[in-house]
Amino acid sequence: MTVTLAPVRPEAARRSRFAGSLYAGNARSVVGRGLLATKSTNWAVVVSGFFEPVFYLLSMGIGLGVLVGTVSTGGQQVSYPAFIAPALLAVSAMNGAIYDSTWNVFFKMQYAKTYEGMLTTSLGPLDVAFGEISLALLRGAVYAAGFMVVMQLFGLNLAWTAILALPAVLLIAFGFASLGMAITSYMKTFQQMDWIAFILLPMFLFSATFYPLSVYPEPIQWVIQALPLWHGVELVRGLTTGALSIAMLWHVLYYLVMIAVGLVFTTNRLRALFLD
Amino acid sequence: MPTSVITANLLTKEYKGFAAVDGISFDVAPGESFGLLGPNGAGKSTTMRMVGAVSTRTSGELSILGLDPNEHGPEVRSQLGVVPQSDNLDMELRVRDNLIVYGRYFGIPRSEVGKKADALLEFAQLSDRAKSKVDDLSGGMKRRLTIARALINDPRILLLDEPTTGLDPQARHILWDRLFRLKEQGTTLLLTTHYMDEAEQLCDRLVVVDKGSIMAEGSPASLIKKYSTREVLEVRFGSERNAQVAEQIAGIGERIEVLPDRLLIYSDNGEAELARITAAGLEPMTSLVRRSSLEDVFLRLTGRSLIE
Repeated sequence: MTVTLAPVRPEAARRSRFAGSLYAGNARSVVGRGLLATKSTNWAVVVSGFFEPVFYLLSMGIGLGVLVGTVSTGGQQVSYPAFIAPALLAVSAMNGAIYDSTWNVFFKMQYAKTYEGMLTTSLGPLDVAFGEISLALLRGAVYAAGFMVVMQLFGLNLAWTAILALPAVLLIAFGFASLGMAITSYMKTFQQMDWIAFILLPMFLFSATFYPLSVYPEPIQWVIQALPLWHGVELVRGLTTGALSIAMLWHVLYYLVMIAVGLVFTTNRLRALFLD
Repeated sequence: MPTSVITANLLTKEYKGFAAVDGISFDVAPGESFGLLGPNGAGKSTTMRMVGAVSTRTSGELSILGLDPNEHGPEVRSQLGVVPQSDNLDMELRVRDNLIVYGRYFGIPRSEVGKKADALLEFAQLSDRAKSKVDDLSGGMKRRLTIARALINDPRILLLDEPTTGLDPQARHILWDRLFRLKEQGTTLLLTTHYMDEAEQLCDRLVVVDKGSIMAEGSPASLIKKYSTREVLEVRFGSERNAQVAEQIAGIGERIEVLPDRLLIYSDNGEAELARITAAGLEPMTSLVRRSSLEDVFLRLTGRSLIE
């Protein structure tokens, strides 16, 4: 009891470092941890995620494309590969984001106690959510950037606006990472996790990925238009084919809402789980 | 007079109507080593989680370094070091990286955190394992790494939840030595344990907790003095006969506790009581005279032993 400790730092000085009990402004340390941990990742799994849409492009685009010919989109005729490539670009962003934000998050949450450890430090739940989502987004962005290169090599970027597809896929990856982590944070068993894959596959196949939305009867069109991937596909397709329209802002808005909703739910869930 | 670094007043935590912690009050002074002693399920870990600002209280008051942990979670946590009951080291990172990354969570600059990590590896006697995988460490090494990790932010209070549970005796002694050094350096320790010897080794002062409430408070020596005798005579007559013999020898010693496997006779002179028992024509299978411990205090206060 003889030891005198440093005086308690003045209240005001500390206030500036911490915004409430949710956020310490240090999400980058969570990202840093993720990057360091990827050193021990199974790289075969990571790389396979990138190749999946590439294989679809080759088999469907080149193979099936010979039979299909051209497709009408945004008032112009484009080759079949040029029609599906932007959709697959959106899919690759989704895949990368989902890979990290679902199974990896599930493992860290349920088994590795990674978040429990993080939340005994000065990090808040929003730091953890933001950091982990950023990491997932990063993987989506890397997949998508690789796919963009493939598209360029095959001459499937038809307009200069294709360059804007890069920020667009970032947005898409962010949206899926955010919502993916939010949903995963409510999952308790492996069976529940399988439901995510069960929902993703039909969304991938039916979101106007391989043919225009107009083939569906109107009620089905409404359903597809409610799903996130359709908005991503339409946004990217408009940019790579050069068929721009003001309606594309709705797609952007859709993703902004998705990001916000995901962050709010993830943060609340982390707080409920580890800061009860 | 230094102000308390932890003040709990009628601290309560309820889960669905069940009070895991039921109105406990205590103060911890700077540099003090304070223990929460009690059996599993007494509410020790729940108390630790509230002090650690990872659990919000249902009612009562709690102040950590002058701050309310409900309101200032990250600020409070930035000044604490936490050693949880079960290790939650980052298995995806190597030993040294565990310290570096944890330090980064506290916002410690990259340029400083490396030096700190090396010094702490030295302290935890793990310098030669810096590049090892966490999985390859022994239980005792993992615990030392967890303690090193908890020190990365120069905490003003170190919270230890059952620090040596599950370790072999040698590993426990190494760990106690490390903790004792921290104590000598003036680190405030708050620890929970259900081991008497641990509490006696490490705590300046402790509270005995049972069923979410505090039963007694004081230094280990003062608690023993207050609630027990100087010595204890343990005799065994076989599980069939213990209770029956207890009636026959009633009046010997200050107090007799009947346990399933043995009788405890509380007295300031154990040998003299043993002589009286044999003089009465009773021949115990085994007998042992020992000093009173906190185990006896707990038995006296609750009528139950700590480890059942």
